[in-house]
Amino acid sequence: MHASSNTAAHGEAEWLTGAELTVRLLERQGVRVLSGIPGGAILPFYDALSASTEIHHVLARHEQGAGFIAQGMARTTGQAAVCLASSGPGATNLLTAIADAKLDSIPLVAITGQVPQSMIGTDAFQEVDTYGLSVPITKHNFLVDSAEALLEVIPRAFSLALSGRPGPVLVDIPKDVQLQRIAVSRWPEPGCAQAAPAPDADKIAQAAQMINQAKRPILYLGGGVVHSGASEAAVTLAEQASLPTTMTLMALGAMPVDHPLSLGMLGMHGAPYTNLALEECDLLIAVGARFDDRATGKVAAFCPNAAIIHIDIDPSELDKIKTAHIGIAGDVGAVLAQLLPQVQATLREDWNQRVAQLKAERPLQLPGLDDPRSHYGLVQAVADALDDSAFVATDVGQHQMWVAQAYPLRRPRQWLTSGGLGTMGFGLPTAIGAALANPERTVVCFSGDGSILMNIQEFATLAEAGLNVKVVLMNNASLGLVHQQQELFYGERIFASRFIAQPDFLQIARGFRIAELDLDAAADPRAALKQALNAPGPCLIHASIDVKEKVYPMVPPGAANKEMIGG
Amino acid sequence: MTAEQLTRPVLEIDVNNHPGVMSHVVGLFSRRAYNVEGIICVPVGSGETSRIWLQINEDERLEQIVKQVEKLEDVLVVRRHDAGHPAFAGLERYAG
Repeated sequence: MHASSNTAAHGEAEWLTGAELTVRLLERQGVRVLSGIPGGAILPFYDALSASTEIHHVLARHEQGAGFIAQGMARTTGQAAVCLASSGPGATNLLTAIADAKLDSIPLVAITGQVPQSMIGTDAFQEVDTYGLSVPITKHNFLVDSAEALLEVIPRAFSLALSGRPGPVLVDIPKDVQLQRIAVSRWPEPGCAQAAPAPDADKIAQAAQMINQAKRPILYLGGGVVHSGASEAAVTLAEQASLPTTMTLMALGAMPVDHPLSLGMLGMHGAPYTNLALEECDLLIAVGARFDDRATGKVAAFCPNAAIIHIDIDPSELDKIKTAHIGIAGDVGAVLAQLLPQVQATLREDWNQRVAQLKAERPLQLPGLDDPRSHYGLVQAVADALDDSAFVATDVGQHQMWVAQAYPLRRPRQWLTSGGLGTMGFGLPTAIGAALANPERTVVCFSGDGSILMNIQEFATLAEAGLNVKVVLMNNASLGLVHQQQELFYGERIFASRFIAQPDFLQIARGFRIAELDLDAAADPRAALKQALNAPGPCLIHASIDVKEKVYPMVPPGAANKEMIGG
Repeated sequence: MTAEQLTRPVLEIDVNNHPGVMSHVVGLFSRRAYNVEGIICVPVGSGETSRIWLQINEDERLEQIVKQVEKLEDVLVVRRHDAGHPAFAGLERYAG
């Protein structure tokens, strides 16, 4: 993108500090918005950043917020996004957002300040072993020992975050490295995604043969399909071979939920007919999915009669949980492109009729879908007031599963949810990041009264930025999913899951100077919702939910998917 | 060391030689509560790279860990020796 300016003007070296050249490298990388919180050990970087005319800094109110703001940008664009924190508590506060990005394969570059190298290991003020802490939750991490090294490390951090299976990379920069002044006469190329190795053509041919011969195949899409930009190819494969298609939580939107071949989500809170169809399938084609326990239930009983084709860009995912009959390592988009011409067009009428029969007998029950004062009805009413261009973020808990079940997701990257780590507090800052990267769109964030409190300070960030983020707060004065599990599996011993003191969330919104809507008091909730969702700027929409409402069906933890209860 | 101990599987791993690499490698074992019985590490050639030998117990998780080790950015190559490696035999007298 700046290839013509690889050599400094007039061929003369520029004298730049480590901080200044890092800012320049981020500019060259195409970064235009980043989020963070300054502090002592990263102040040289912030000082250099203040001089940038290209990069807009969004001041978060907690470093975890900054991490999720970066996630919102990365999840909606597929590009690596940047978050910043100082040393010590700044860095530790970032860790949850980084771990979340690792489990959901989101490309992040986290830059942290560190105490000067001469003080590392002395228990200096705000010193923590950020490098050591981040080893298991990053794809890779760096402790930079010179300003010169930044010229290699920063582009490489972006390349690593984006290449293969995406993920977070952390760059820890000691203060003295930020202040070190060096001559820069030549700039490195910006880091970009490296092409994945070519997939094995023989295995693809075998996979095609298995698909062509299967009687009852099911296509099982995971988040890798979204990351690879392969949703269209996956839908084409499904249509060509008439494959009933299920999606993991991470893949929702890859195939429009109202597509005739869509089985919706599988697993713990999937539709009964979906899990039952998987019981009967003779071939499971897993694409960019990792056989997560919430999707498979008891692994030994998952798709008991099926041969397995597993396509994933990460070779370590193949055979990790389920041994695949054909395991294909490669970018799923590239694999599908090679697979498609070898797959016979077929109607597969018997199997699709059987699936339709299962669907008729055991559909997903969404009671109250027409009533905007009920949980499913509220989700539906929000969807009715918006079009498919809106982004849908969630926090974690019952509301997340209700939205996953009921919101008509129709495009990849529309859906922003913490799948792997299941981080309460994810929703609001991620929605802010989505809005920063897509200022022309509406972002709706469904949250719960437990989750919203975990990053509620980001309402201040939201108010300051004036973004088009609408928080739909489903309030049951409880940690609803914990409450549900205690009721169902712990002898109704409800403990530590009810909130006795209940904040007035509408007053909290007013305190942050954010518009609010009390849906409980609205005479016409549909009209009120439509107006609030389509007015510009932030808004908190509050709705009371009955704590007795549960997420059904539910597969008890550790049970086989066919042992689902409810629904 | 007993004969049995000396025939434990050994992973021979070539890595970039800089601080933190050992932590990345052994972290993959410790997070799985998978004990590493023996470790040898020496620089190779000019010291740009190092070679690590990890002596471990046979375990069904080993294949998955090898794949994870191969994914590490600073790991260049992993060789698996299922019937032990003589590197550990010579160290016996120091461990008495």
